[in-house]
Amino acid sequence: MQTSAALQDEKIRVATDHISAGRKTAGRLLILGATLLLAAAVLFQSLHAAGAIDSGFSTWRPVLFVYLAWAIALGVGQVMIRGEHGHRALFVLPAVLFTVSMVVFPTIFGIYIAFTDWNLSSFTGRQFSGLDNIRQLRHDQFFWGALLNMVYYVLAVLVQYAIAFGLALLLNANVRGRKFFRVVFLMPFMLSPVAVSWMIGKSILENRFGPAAELARKLGWDTPAFFATPWMARVSIMVMDAWVSIPFIMILMLAGLQALPGEVMESAKVDGANAWQTFWQMMFPLLLPVSVTAVILRTIFELKLADIVINVTLGSPGGATDTVSSYIYRTYRDRSNVGYGTMMAEVYLVLIIIFVTALLGLASRWMRKVT
Amino acid sequence: MAQSTAPYTVTSHGARSRRAKHATGRVLIYAALIFWAFISLFPLYWTVTTSFKVAKDVQLGHIVPWLQFEPDWKGWRSLGLSPDTIFERSTVREEFLLRFKNSVIMSVGSSLLAIVIGSLAAYGLTRFPYKFGPWRNKDISFWFLSQLILPPVVLALPFLVLYKELALLDTKSGMIMVYTLMVLPIVIWIMRDQFLTIPIELEQAALVDGSTIWGAFTRIVVPIALPGMVAAFILSVVLCWNEYFFAALLTSTNAKTLPVMVASQTGSQGINWWVMAALSAAAIAPLAIIGIALERFIVKGLTAGAVK
Repeated sequence: MQTSAALQDEKIRVATDHISAGRKTAGRLLILGATLLLAAAVLFQSLHAAGAIDSGFSTWRPVLFVYLAWAIALGVGQVMIRGEHGHRALFVLPAVLFTVSMVVFPTIFGIYIAFTDWNLSSFTGRQFSGLDNIRQLRHDQFFWGALLNMVYYVLAVLVQYAIAFGLALLLNANVRGRKFFRVVFLMPFMLSPVAVSWMIGKSILENRFGPAAELARKLGWDTPAFFATPWMARVSIMVMDAWVSIPFIMILMLAGLQALPGEVMESAKVDGANAWQTFWQMMFPLLLPVSVTAVILRTIFELKLADIVINVTLGSPGGATDTVSSYIYRTYRDRSNVGYGTMMAEVYLVLIIIFVTALLGLASRWMRKVT
Repeated sequence: MAQSTAPYTVTSHGARSRRAKHATGRVLIYAALIFWAFISLFPLYWTVTTSFKVAKDVQLGHIVPWLQFEPDWKGWRSLGLSPDTIFERSTVREEFLLRFKNSVIMSVGSSLLAIVIGSLAAYGLTRFPYKFGPWRNKDISFWFLSQLILPPVVLALPFLVLYKELALLDTKSGMIMVYTLMVLPIVIWIMRDQFLTIPIELEQAALVDGSTIWGAFTRIVVPIALPGMVAAFILSVVLCWNEYFFAALLTSTNAKTLPVMVASQTGSQGINWWVMAALSAAAIAPLAIIGIALERFIVKGLTAGAVK
């Protein structure tokens, strides 16, 4: 956020070079020509795809190459027209063009798909179906159930945060082998959730031979079943997810702890405050910004949770463990209908945007009140 | 650290009890650390040992090798990775190595692409004022970061349709583009943080000496920001390597990655634990090594920008 202030006055000033009128015109012509070429290619291929003309490419891929050429021409044209300023634009242009073409375009295209009945495996192809998908969505118990599960999974982030904070405090204590413990504690974060799904979900938590079942039997649970009842299954998924994601929060909290000014902590000790008081009155408030960042980031990632659920339970029992992502994946795998799946995804996106915006707003207001 | 024996002789009762309390505190801290180390490592230990078990050992729930069971190469043999099969032809091993190669190409390729375009964008956004309609640098940066919110499901199905039309379905280049998109916001975030710490005076001096902005960037800024780039690169590789959702939907035979291969085995051979354990162990081994050897960079990448 400091950037905006720093940029008020132009830090890097370069003498404006003189660009001849001819060079400017050539640059404009280049961009215009490239745009016309791209438009012609799109038009040509759409006509072919619609069956209006016979000649054309078998796929849209050549159009992609024309788009790439257009992007390059746009960059060269910028430099020709605007000189130094064009050079500057070249820094952000690739990332902007890439993101726009990879996100904005597919999302808008997705809105169109969402209003169709489009079965990829049938020959009839797509049919515009109006609001049918929305109507179906309103009565889809599984979708609303999955949405409710997301609430539980997001709430579990707070538990992850509490454990991760504790671990960060442990690692911040003056102990031997700190580096060793840090590497070990970070390890789960490195591992692929798919492998974790097998390692924990399918073997350690296996009902008959798994060591967790063994332990449960010793503790008096005669017939351990970790995925049989809805809540048990949900908690098992949460445990696996926590195992993978706690290191992420822990590393952020540890960095926050290490950035704390040492004198403040020392002065608290001199004042005779005990550890408990020091924590709640000094450390916790000072670490609030890091905590809020960590929890919000984790929440955003949690909203994408899918791979563990897909690989361990696939939503069972009866959709009790489904996340929205895993449910959409499931419906696509079963019916290969992209129309309805995309409708669910777009509705979910709208809900997420509202939720995250509200969360960010609340967090910043709360932070202003506290500090 | 406790070399202060001198005052111990004259300590009062209160100081001694504080010392005792301190000692119990330390024991508790170490106990907690060891407990969590066990939690973190046991699944790994379990996977590696299970890959050396035969059916009997699995069913009896044996845990400690040599004491409870005699290690056997069975699981690794069926992957073609045991000492006696390593020099023989093995279709499973070829399949595994192909998936492994795919994963390497995709995660390294997309991370490199993301580092190049992400660093350029991050540098531009920290140094030059842009105006894009009503949008200023702050808005453009936020727009890049906001891509993090986008869940993969929203893009996955449209991509499925678009990639089919573009003949990019089940290709490595198509997957590299998806993964680049996935890590780009993170790379931009990390690199913005890195470039903000580099004093602008360095570039100004170069510009006075007649260098162009691109010259100043490549010759002066990039070498200084290199550790940050390495951190962003490694974090990106880890994220791409572990990605499952897009790979499961957008690849089928040619471009299948290691996680998809592991996932496809879990369903079919429920009880062949030793094979699954060997496969999982082989799939996570590269990341475990990266985690141990390059932990410094991963921590740096994770904390850049978040802790300020």
